[in-house]
Amino acid sequence: MATFYFAIVGTNDSPLYEAEFGAQREENKYLQQFVVHAALDLVDDAQFMTNACYLKTVDRYNDWSVSAYVTPSNIRLMLLHEAKAEEAIKSFFTACHELYMKTLLNPFYQPNATIQSQAFDIKVHTLSKKYLL
Amino acid sequence: MTSSQQQQVQSMLRLDTKQSKRSTLLLEQPVTRQRRDKVSLSAFAFLFAEMIRYTQNRVLGIQDLETKLNELGQRVGVRVFELTMSREKTVRRETRVLQMLVYINSVVWRALFDKPADSLERSTENEDEYMITDNEPDILKYISVPKEMASFSPGAFISGIVESISVCCQCPARVTSHVVPAEGMPVRTVILLKFDKEVMERERRLEAGKSK
Repeated sequence: MATFYFAIVGTNDSPLYEAEFGAQREENKYLQQFVVHAALDLVDDAQFMTNACYLKTVDRYNDWSVSAYVTPSNIRLMLLHEAKAEEAIKSFFTACHELYMKTLLNPFYQPNATIQSQAFDIKVHTLSKKYLL
Repeated sequence: MTSSQQQQVQSMLRLDTKQSKRSTLLLEQPVTRQRRDKVSLSAFAFLFAEMIRYTQNRVLGIQDLETKLNELGQRVGVRVFELTMSREKTVRRETRVLQMLVYINSVVWRALFDKPADSLERSTENEDEYMITDNEPDILKYISVPKEMASFSPGAFISGIVESISVCCQCPARVTSHVVPAEGMPVRTVILLKFDKEVMERERRLEAGKSK
């Protein structure tokens, strides 16, 4: 069963939102967080090379790969996955970016604060079922 | 009230009750691509004047006042930047100084004030200083500065907007606003951006890399 770990990382490198899709094994949770955090450095390097938002696969660890998408306001959407079609991941990222933007437009939401809205959570899981699983 | 003003108020009130219901409605709003709505200048001038009065009661000096207005502008800047970027035909990021400044000059100014900024200049004395000029900033039209506070520029709000955009593009800068009156333009405001050293170094590296 394919497993995915999705994280939205703020400008100060702390996660604003995390989610897991697909079947998970208990011991992998912390490892996934660690791998994604390590991949942030590679994202920092890659983001000056191109003007695009979607930075395909930035890192590989055993059989997991980490893909990244950077929003104009420097928020990183990271997805840890096993081999998966790039198009599907790109559409997933674009849809999540829209959701993040709508959350940002809420004047009561401080930029770089954790996203605790349940509606956001439900929507992200729906998107994951649509594009990833 | 004229009928158009009444319509405006009514449509704004309808929007209000819809949004206050549940957070799902916020996430389903098609705000990102479709509407381009304007706010009446008098409504905004009223709000802005109250913002200045509110901060004036809580600060101890002109510098503090400008800093507080700067912070208020920063909250706006992030959101304006993300929104205008997503409305462009291709969503991109800006990481170079000049591209970012051109973007602010044209797209952001048009989104906020319905006209592009009047000029973008680079200072001849210091390499890392750039100036954005607005000959008649509309939002400052109804703010009058008393003589004893002559060095205060209410454009600090605009400089806050520009500062947060520069942070988003990873080109942090110190942004200040100054009033430079000229022929027939008594409220001409100049936004001065002074970029950090690391930004200029990075720019030099990227330029060198490209020209090779």
